[in-house]
Order: sequence, then C-alpha cells, then structure tokens
Amino acid sequence: MTAFVELDQVTMTYGGAGNGPPAVADASLEIRRGEFVAMVGPSGCGKSSILKIVSGLMPVDSGIARVAGETVSGPLTMVGMAFQNATLLPWRTTLENVLLPLEVSRSHRGSFRRKKAEHIETAHELLRIVGLEGYENHAPHELSGGMQQRASLCRALIHAPDLLLLDEPFAALDAFTREELWGVLQDLWMQRKFTVILVTHDLRESVYLADRVYVVSKRPGRIVYERPITLPRPRTLESTFDQDFVDLVHGLRDHIGEVRAA
Amino acid sequence: MISPTKLAPWLATIGLFVVWEGAVHLFAIPEFVLPAPSKAMAALIQYWPAIWQNAFYTFWVTLVGFGMAVVFGLALGLVTGASALTYAALYPMLVGFNSIPKVAIVPVLVVWFGIGTIPAILTAFTISFFPIVVNVATGLATLEPELRDVLRSLGARKIDILLKVGVPRSMPYFFASLKVAVTLAFVGTVISETVAGNAGMGHLMLTASSSFRVPLVFAGLLVIAVMGVGMYAIFALVERRFVGWAFRGAETA
Repeated sequence: MTAFVELDQVTMTYGGAGNGPPAVADASLEIRRGEFVAMVGPSGCGKSSILKIVSGLMPVDSGIARVAGETVSGPLTMVGMAFQNATLLPWRTTLENVLLPLEVSRSHRGSFRRKKAEHIETAHELLRIVGLEGYENHAPHELSGGMQQRASLCRALIHAPDLLLLDEPFAALDAFTREELWGVLQDLWMQRKFTVILVTHDLRESVYLADRVYVVSKRPGRIVYERPITLPRPRTLESTFDQDFVDLVHGLRDHIGEVRAA
Repeated sequence: MISPTKLAPWLATIGLFVVWEGAVHLFAIPEFVLPAPSKAMAALIQYWPAIWQNAFYTFWVTLVGFGMAVVFGLALGLVTGASALTYAALYPMLVGFNSIPKVAIVPVLVVWFGIGTIPAILTAFTISFFPIVVNVATGLATLEPELRDVLRSLGARKIDILLKVGVPRSMPYFFASLKVAVTLAFVGTVISETVAGNAGMGHLMLTASSSFRVPLVFAGLLVIAVMGVGMYAIFALVERRFVGWAFRGAETA
C-alpha cells in the first residue's frame, strides 16, 4: 500500500532556497487515499505552506513531494481548496460560484457547456447536503459568513477532486456555526471518501474530524508528533464531551505546549 | 416628502450663489473683477445663441475625446494589470505621462494637426485616459491571493482567470473612473480651446475676457460646470446599473 500523499524530507523557503529561514524544514508524512488528516500548530508555523507544497503552488527546495505516485512539479489539477475567507465572487450567484471550477479547470472546461445541465444537478445536490437548498440564486452578500463558507466548500468539491485541502476554513466563524460545519464536512467526507488535509489551530476541530493529527512545530515547520484518532464515526457534538475525546484533546494540547516551549 | 439627502446638494448650491451674490454687493466688488451670479445669468440669457453653439461644440469634442479614452484606457488598463511584469514595466511610464501638464502638449498637437478640433479632442483624451487605466489596472492587480490559488490549483489558464475573475472584478473600478474621467475630459477640451482654438467654450471665454466682458466669462464657466455635473450624474447612474453588486453590500449594511 503506497501513500496517496507523501512528503519525504521536504524543505521549502518562500522565494527559493537561501532567501531567509525556511517555512518548512525536513517535513515527512504519508497520507493514505481517503484518509482525513489534520495539521495543528501555532500561527505562522508553516501549516499552510505544507498545503501549498502538496498542491504544487510552491516548489520545494529539497526533498520530494508525491501525490498519487507522481512527483509534484507544478499546480495539481485534481485538488479542491477552501480557505478562511470564502472568496466567493460577488457578481455571481451562489450556484454560479459553485460552478466556477468546472468552467476553468483543465479537465472540465472543454465540456462545460455540453454537460451544463448535469453539472447544475451536481451543484444542487452538494448545496442540498450542506444546507443551502433554496439559496442557489442568492448573491454572496445575502448569505451569512457560515453560509458563504458552506458555498465555498461546495465550490471546492464540485469537480469531485481526489484531494481536498482546507486552510482554516472555519476559523472566522462563530463557535456554533463552526461546530455545525464540522458535521457538514464529516457527512460530505463519509459519503464521498476523498482525501482531506485540514489545517487548523483548533484542537477540538482536529480530533472531531480527523483520522490522524499531525502537530507542526513553530517556524520552520517540522512535524513533531503524530496521533491517530480512532473514535467511532459519525462523531457527534455530544461525543466531544466524552472522556476519550477530552483526553485526546488534552494529549495534543501538551504537545503544542512543548512546541511553544522549545 | 423629498429626503434631506436628495435636497442637500440643491440647497448647498443655492447657498453658494446666495453668499456669492451677497458678498459682491456687500463689498461692492467691481463687475470686471467678480460679477454677481445674477449678472452672469443675465449674460447667459443675452448671449445664449453664441453660448449654446459653443457649448454644443465643446460637448461633442469632449465626448469624442472621452470615448477614445474609454476604449484606449480600458485596453491599456487590462494590459497593465494583467501581470506583475507588465504592471512593473508600464506603471512608472503612465505616472510620468500623467505628470506632464496637458497645457504644455497643446502647442505640440497644434504643430502636428493645426489649430482646431483635433488638438482639443486629443487633449481631452490624454487628460482623461489616465484615471481609467489606473483604476482598471488596480482592479486586476488586487485579486485575492487565495482566489488565485484556487484557480491555479484547478489548472485554470491565465486568460480564463482574466476573463472570469479579473475583468468582472475590475468593472466597479472602471465605472468609478468614468465619472472622474468625463469631468477631466471637459478640462482638457477647454484648455485646448483656450490655448489654440477657434471655437468652443474656451475660445468664447478667452474672447470675452480680452474685451472685459467678465459676466460672459462666468456664464461660460457655469455652463461648463453644469455639463460636467450632468455627465458625472449620467455615469454615476451607469455605474449603479452595471456594477450594482459592488454597492449592494453597502445598502443592506
């Protein structure tokens, strides 16, 4: 069984090697196909940089990044991404925003017009799952922050990517909305079984969602701890108060403490 | 009941005229220095046929120059903002060009094209294209990095990013610049008509002032101001019509 995503001794510096301290140093990890992995660590520790390396948006100085057995040498095209900002286009309706990746992605743009009805069907289905049914023709500014983030998730998944990269997607939301969206994301993942790398600084979020949690040290980012989460799924908000769950969060918390002291 | 916001600009304008009229009478300012607005209005009525003819000429010359600025400004703005390289290459040149007082190039235009309409059109054009270029380029160049990452990670082509995101995103900047640009175009036309014209409001005002008909000069200034405000209002409406999405957030807030 080979890894779907693999980083082997990867070091990366913004602007290329020699331009100041590296953002990521000597990072190695392996993620299986269909696995849900979370990366936690202090702000500015290089978690997001790891996503940029995996997606091919940033070249590595040394080491090797492989996705689906191929060495990453440029932007991948089977990736979906969502960020802390929903970055929806304000002049497009919710539905049109969700369809954007199909209009521009290398593998779909040629057939977009021909298959448009089919794509709209897929978009409706996704929007229904995340709870945005009936908001298809609303403009982004008519949606709340949580609803915009749901739409952003749909946009990241519309082209059925094999790999979903999430960079603190719920960080800007209030606690209730955030916890509700954990459930939404878990539902989507359990139905479709794409591979996920979630960057977050919320330890409860990482334990709720992930199969495995990596703790990343402060800059330069190194992977200092790895913890499998074997809690049964679907996990619920109620289960976040169970002793097992709380112990796991505490365990991770201790490692974050060490990272800060180091 | 008309809202105070709608009424305010009219009241402020009338207030200005009242203060002006009062000050002229109070301080007994001679007419050849500063005529009262009532005198300017009287001159406006008295010389209406000549004013109308010249105002119409200035108006269409301005619109031709402005039209060229829209086409050329939009195209150059798209080229400038399309990539970091073209932005770096062209922006300093644009700033340099904009720093040249346009009155200084009118004589050059006269050498090339003779006295008359063409220098006026070109002056209106050169003075009004800069804000359009800068705004369009800025709209393109300030694309959110996250959104760029989303699009790049889909394998989107540069041209798709430009057409689907960059251009729509720069449209509010474009329409906002039109309001400024059209008023600048009037400035350009009148400069050229004043320095080297044989028709138009600039020419009319120059002739009037050389014969000390100062009320007529001020009547001309008022007419230009009214044309400028009118065009500004029209383009403000156009802006609302085409890029209303950029305002909607502000309305609901």
